[in-house]
Amino acid sequence: MPRLLGVEIPSEKRIEASLTYIYGIGPTTAKRILEQTNIDPNMRARELSPQQLNDIIHAITDNKLPIEGDLRRELQSNLKRLQAINCYRGIRHRRGLPVRGQRTSTNARTRKGPRKTVGVIRNKDAKAGK
Amino acid sequence: MGRSLKKGPFVEPHLLEKIDKMNSSGIKKPIKTWSRRSMVTPDFVGHTFMVHNGKIFASVFVTENMVGHKLGEFSPTRIFKKHGSHTAKVTK
Repeated sequence: MPRLLGVEIPSEKRIEASLTYIYGIGPTTAKRILEQTNIDPNMRARELSPQQLNDIIHAITDNKLPIEGDLRRELQSNLKRLQAINCYRGIRHRRGLPVRGQRTSTNARTRKGPRKTVGVIRNKDAKAGK
Repeated sequence: MGRSLKKGPFVEPHLLEKIDKMNSSGIKKPIKTWSRRSMVTPDFVGHTFMVHNGKIFASVFVTENMVGHKLGEFSPTRIFKKHGSHTAKVTK
C-alpha cells in the first residue's frame, strides 16, 4: 500500500478512486490531479512508480490544496469565528439548528439529530390558578 | 444570492456620515440605529452600535472579525424561551 502525504494509504483500487480517500480530495479534484500528472486513472494504486507518486504529491502541494488536518482546522476556525462574533449563523451553529434559514417546525433532522420528545414543564404557579 | 461586487457594500448613508464625524472628532459613543441591513465596514471597528431588533436596541461592539457581516446579524429578532415556561402567563 503506497503512502501519500503522511497517513494516506489508498488501496488496490483505481488510482482515481483511491485518491478520494484523502480528506479534501473528491472525484473532481482527483481527476484534475491525474490529468495534470499524465497518469492513467485506470491504473491501480500499487502499480504506480515512486516517480508518479511523487508527481501526485507535488500536484497536491503545489496547487495549495487544503487537505486532511489543515482542511479540518480551517473549517473549525471558520466555525469558531462565527460563534465568537455572536452573529446569527454562529448562534445557529451553537444550538445545532439549521443555519441557512430552513424550516424547523418539521424536518431539519440532519442538524437536530434524532427526535427527542419534550413534555410540558409546568410552571409551579400555574396549578395554583394565580 | 450575494450582492453584485460592482455595486460595492451597502451602508446606510446617514450611518456613514455619523461614523465619519466620530472618526474625525475622535469621540466614541454608542450609535442607535435601525439600519440592520448595513454592511459592517472597516471604519466601524471599535464603535458600539445599538441595533434595533424590532423591540429593543441590542448593543453590538464591532470587532475586526465582524467586517463583511450585516449589523442585523448581531441583533437576534426572535428569542426562544424554553417550552412550558410561559404556562403561568396563559392561565392568568
